[in-house]
Amino acid sequence: MPEYTLKVRRYQPETREGPYWQEFTVDLDPDLSVLDGLLQVRDSQDGTLVVRCSCKAAICGSCGTKINGQSTLACKTQISEAQDGANRRPGDHGGNPIVVEPMGNMPVVKDLVTDMESTHWEKVRRVTPWLLPEGDPPEREYVVPPESMIDVTQSMACIQCGACVSACLSMEADPEFVGPAALAKAYRFVGDPRDSQTKERLYDLAQDPHGIYDCTHCFSCVDACPKGVAPMDQIMRLRRLASHDHDIDDVNNGRRHELAFTKIIERKGTLDESLLLQESYAQGVVGKLMPTSGAIKGLIGSLPTAIRGIRTGKMRSLGKLIPGVHPKLPGDAQQHVKRVYSHSEEHREELNLYITGEEEVVPEPDEAPDPLGSAVGGGRQHMDKVTEGGSETAGQSEATPVADIEPEPDEEGGR
Amino acid sequence: MSDLKLAYWPGCVSRGFTPELHGSMALVADRLGIELLELDRANCCGAGVIAEHNQELADTLNARTFALAQSTGLAMMNICSTCQGAQSECQQRLDADSAYRAHINDALADEGLEYTKAKDGWTNKNLLWVLVEDYGLDRLKEKVTRPLTELRVGPFYGCYVIRPKHRIGYEEHPDRDLYLESVIETLGGQPVEYDGARKCCGFPVITMNRDTSLRQAGTHIADALDAGADCLVTPCPLCHLNLDMQQPEAAKVTGRDLGLAVLHLPQLVALALGFEPKELGMGKHIASTEWVESRLAGGVPA
Repeated sequence: MPEYTLKVRRYQPETREGPYWQEFTVDLDPDLSVLDGLLQVRDSQDGTLVVRCSCKAAICGSCGTKINGQSTLACKTQISEAQDGANRRPGDHGGNPIVVEPMGNMPVVKDLVTDMESTHWEKVRRVTPWLLPEGDPPEREYVVPPESMIDVTQSMACIQCGACVSACLSMEADPEFVGPAALAKAYRFVGDPRDSQTKERLYDLAQDPHGIYDCTHCFSCVDACPKGVAPMDQIMRLRRLASHDHDIDDVNNGRRHELAFTKIIERKGTLDESLLLQESYAQGVVGKLMPTSGAIKGLIGSLPTAIRGIRTGKMRSLGKLIPGVHPKLPGDAQQHVKRVYSHSEEHREELNLYITGEEEVVPEPDEAPDPLGSAVGGGRQHMDKVTEGGSETAGQSEATPVADIEPEPDEEGGR
Repeated sequence: MSDLKLAYWPGCVSRGFTPELHGSMALVADRLGIELLELDRANCCGAGVIAEHNQELADTLNARTFALAQSTGLAMMNICSTCQGAQSECQQRLDADSAYRAHINDALADEGLEYTKAKDGWTNKNLLWVLVEDYGLDRLKEKVTRPLTELRVGPFYGCYVIRPKHRIGYEEHPDRDLYLESVIETLGGQPVEYDGARKCCGFPVITMNRDTSLRQAGTHIADALDAGADCLVTPCPLCHLNLDMQQPEAAKVTGRDLGLAVLHLPQLVALALGFEPKELGMGKHIASTEWVESRLAGGVPA
């Protein structure tokens, strides 16, 4: 059997020594996992190596680890794959050890075991991760259209392993960020048609300075998640619902920034950055809205940068700083961009890649995996704008226009 | 005669806050013999922000740009990681469902445009990918007249050309997250390994959480400095805004004395092709590029 070298980051607090690296060589079938390698070390070489694991089948979520810098599950990473990963690090070619570390963004308890309480569980509890339905529960089960639950199945696939939290680049800079796992969990309830607190949940997460607008959109959690939850996609859904459907004017300027950006492209086709800065911070100065204290702070905060920009000629000239002095698209191109807007704003289609698959079976490397297969049907959601009230969940109450779904069971004659 | 001809989407920022990028790209294309047909009617990619507002709108806007490129019969090139990411995301949705695609194309019909999935193997690639996969590093090496010997360059990719892997072509091109190092070596420079090379610059939240944003930028710059970098290079103008334009602010937030030049990818290539820093608008940067210039001139010992 081939030999592999595991370079493990060790930490044994009772020795009062700092963390250190230790290399172990294991004999392992290439199809077995990095976790199998670690367990072989523990069983036959060093009984003090501490690893947390249980199911060895990517179900329990216990063995979150960083392997060659990538947050993942040790049981779901084949050791031969990990070796390939180690060999392609920039600068070296071949023969590198597989680097195994505890998860990031979390305190280390011992060796590969991290404390997930303060960085994960507390944040999950913070988003009220249970259903808050209106009124008394029904006599039997809640009856909802099946397609209305499809969209939340992706976030329901979460096994709470913390790999996304470990990989989160925003949390590295802001440890208070609610984070990808908890926000994906929040969408699981925001998107649930039985929940009655949709708007309240969204309001809470939009207003929190460490909430949905603290995500930097870096896709790190999407690559880390072993279950295809794509936490960042769920955060973007939360933003769409908060801003577009519930008009929540947050103190973080998330909605203002998004609206200003979208409007500028409608008017000019390409981005006028000066106008964006002005409008996302200080719509209120020239418009009818009162600027938030955050907006005023933001505008003042951006001034030194702007002045420096003029001095070096970065902003071309003073003209570039005057919002509105920006080239337009040639000819009738802008009219066509406006037509695109009116076509899309009449209604809103959302294509959930998690539940859709191209009907033409053309294997394409760029194509996303299709976890539920074609049996589920189309993944399009028709998102009609919800104008008031928090009890209705946008989009979820509407039938998808393309899905071929069984009719709801008849309440009386269904059995 | 040029054998590489591409429909070129320069993006908004390269013609706005970082005009030196657009200018440098034109010089590089000319010197390398890459013919670029600029898509002057195309629109903003939405940078992920429009998709936050309305996914269908973002998809339609980008379908329009793709259709404009396809109507030229040429593959498309961008010079912005963020354009690449936002456009790849929309393209993935457009390619996933023919009914959805037909609905989107409906909005483009008035202009006589249509986006066709996989039309003649049509692709949309960032300059970095074009250099490695289509132009070729051997050919690039032949064009180098001033090797960047001794220049220690920290690569800064920008999230959207490296993540998410399932969307942006890693099955076909598994080494896309090592291309910057390869290009730096091809140009005669030394790639610097540091922690932030594949992390987020923080730009997307600069107007929403300034502290998070600048802490990210400042940390990566400091890490690169600690690793001995003379400069950073990035294929993304939005990363450039946070790493260069905001660098003095990032220094305040992180409490570090920074001062590291950040070059656009075409600027770094152009330096090796013999262009002068002034022609490349390097004086327009906020973080001074003087150190890089003196290193190139052999004036500062390693």
